[in-house]
Amino acid sequence: MSEQKITEEDVRHVAKLSRLRLNDDEIHHFTEQLEAVLGYISKLNELDVEGVEPMAHAMDMSNVLREDIEVDGISTKDALKNAPASDDAYFEVPKVLGEGSGA
Amino acid sequence: MDITKTTLSEVREAVTGKEVSAVEMTQAYLDRIAKYDGKINAYRETYDERALERAKLVDEGKIEGPLAGVPIAIKDLMCTEYGKTCCSSKMLAKFEAFYNSTAVKRLEDAGAIVLGKTNMDEFAMGSSTETCAFGATKNPWDTDYVPGGSSGGAAAAMAADFCAGSLGSDTGGSIRQPASLCGVTGLKPTYGRVSRWGLVAFASSLDQIGPFGHSVKDCATLLKYMGGHDELDSTSANIAIPEDLDDVDTKPKKLRIGIAKQYMSDEANDPAVASALVKAIEIYKAAGAEIVEVDLPHTEYGIPVYYIVATAEASSNLARYDGVHYGHRTQTPDDLVDLYARSRAEGFGDEVKRRIMLGTYALSSGYYDAYYNRSLKVRRLISNDFKTAFESCDAILCPTTTGPAFKLGEKKDDPLSMYLNDIYTVTANLAGIPGISMPAGTAEVDGKQMPIGMQLLGPAFEETSLLRIARIYEAATDYNLERPKM
Repeated sequence: MSEQKITEEDVRHVAKLSRLRLNDDEIHHFTEQLEAVLGYISKLNELDVEGVEPMAHAMDMSNVLREDIEVDGISTKDALKNAPASDDAYFEVPKVLGEGSGA
Repeated sequence: MDITKTTLSEVREAVTGKEVSAVEMTQAYLDRIAKYDGKINAYRETYDERALERAKLVDEGKIEGPLAGVPIAIKDLMCTEYGKTCCSSKMLAKFEAFYNSTAVKRLEDAGAIVLGKTNMDEFAMGSSTETCAFGATKNPWDTDYVPGGSSGGAAAAMAADFCAGSLGSDTGGSIRQPASLCGVTGLKPTYGRVSRWGLVAFASSLDQIGPFGHSVKDCATLLKYMGGHDELDSTSANIAIPEDLDDVDTKPKKLRIGIAKQYMSDEANDPAVASALVKAIEIYKAAGAEIVEVDLPHTEYGIPVYYIVATAEASSNLARYDGVHYGHRTQTPDDLVDLYARSRAEGFGDEVKRRIMLGTYALSSGYYDAYYNRSLKVRRLISNDFKTAFESCDAILCPTTTGPAFKLGEKKDDPLSMYLNDIYTVTANLAGIPGISMPAGTAEVDGKQMPIGMQLLGPAFEETSLLRIARIYEAATDYNLERPKM
């Protein structure tokens, strides 16, 4: 973990990865704040963690399988209940594919 | 019956004994909410009509159970098939779930009456209940101060007697910290003790539902009826809730209280907090406890580890909010990526954006090992510290927070300062162990007396012992009976 300075370019890149459209003021604001937080987090460099087993979860996890029997799933009506837009049995989305699409 | 002087246990007895009807009891709480919540903003919405209908069924004997007629409040992070589940976010402002979270369902099956959903920090991200899209919650002891967070609405509702019990969720201290700042009792159970089915995920390996109450017994009662294995949650522990969990007046089998020097810093803690801990040690000594010194050497790394682990998990969990299937959708997007990016930027508040970016940064190429993997290794060291400590003690006594509530707005633009609020609480989440915060008196803030709390941490799945040890302190002090002037 380096203690490198966080630049606005770094934050723009992370915002892009995070799918967040931020304006210049927000980028500036978040750059200062993330730098302060990541600077504090660099405290972890003080520790020697060589050979320590990472712990992703507090409990021993195992796959849980249910019986292979047919059960009712979510109804179409329920699935569409909170859709921003829907048409009959389908989610409706704006036209997003085409020339200049970022998709 | 004066509900402002009651506990959940007393409400149960009053309704069961027909001293008061369930309808009268429910109406009394709803009236109090209507009268005072305008200045507290503890509730995001109430379900008056549904609550009164259920209360009527209780009076008619059509709803029975150990909690029949007990009015409770639930954090706006738990799905219900009635009302909205917004997580205090513009992103989910119109979201209506079509199923009940297991914890809420079990309490309703036991007869409890849900009065409404309480306010919270957006997606449970915050320590002050100020990051809400629909306005901050105020501390009932003084409305210039925060109630703590992220379950600040649930804690404030409890302190203001807007319910007989409430549910919050604790990812890094979000039950214990607001309990401390609002002068109520809050319990974070062992990870896996209460099903997370229907709890909107923030950080899946840390989130845990738990109760608020005016007493240790009330928290025990709520845990007893909502906890236990749930096949709908693969992280739910297949361990039964002990039948005697709410028998908190029984003397614990062993009473060794651990004190860690890492929690007892005179520089970090308000003098009132330090003094409360000294008094608590004396109370436990008088009860026959052996006071044991324990070492938790990695405590100071809890916050850095927490803010990497929690934000990494949050960045993944919150990726589902893209404006396509549900949640806020931007108008007239240019293309698909613009649909995602603008919907998310418009729907999320600053704290959520900050945490998503922090988590994305920690997980991104080139930084994964340096941040995320290293944090997981330190998490192991923290967990091992507790395991070693609990070989020589049955509970660890420590502060919940360094001091009393701070003023609204005081730390809102200083995330690091806000994050440091959780210094005494996050390690329990990282290790998955239970913790309880209890009222421990008051501290002077600008000439006023504000509540402070005290915390006990216990080994995983040893809630029965933890609650009995907590009850010894409560019985000797009665701080839990104090209420704010409304």
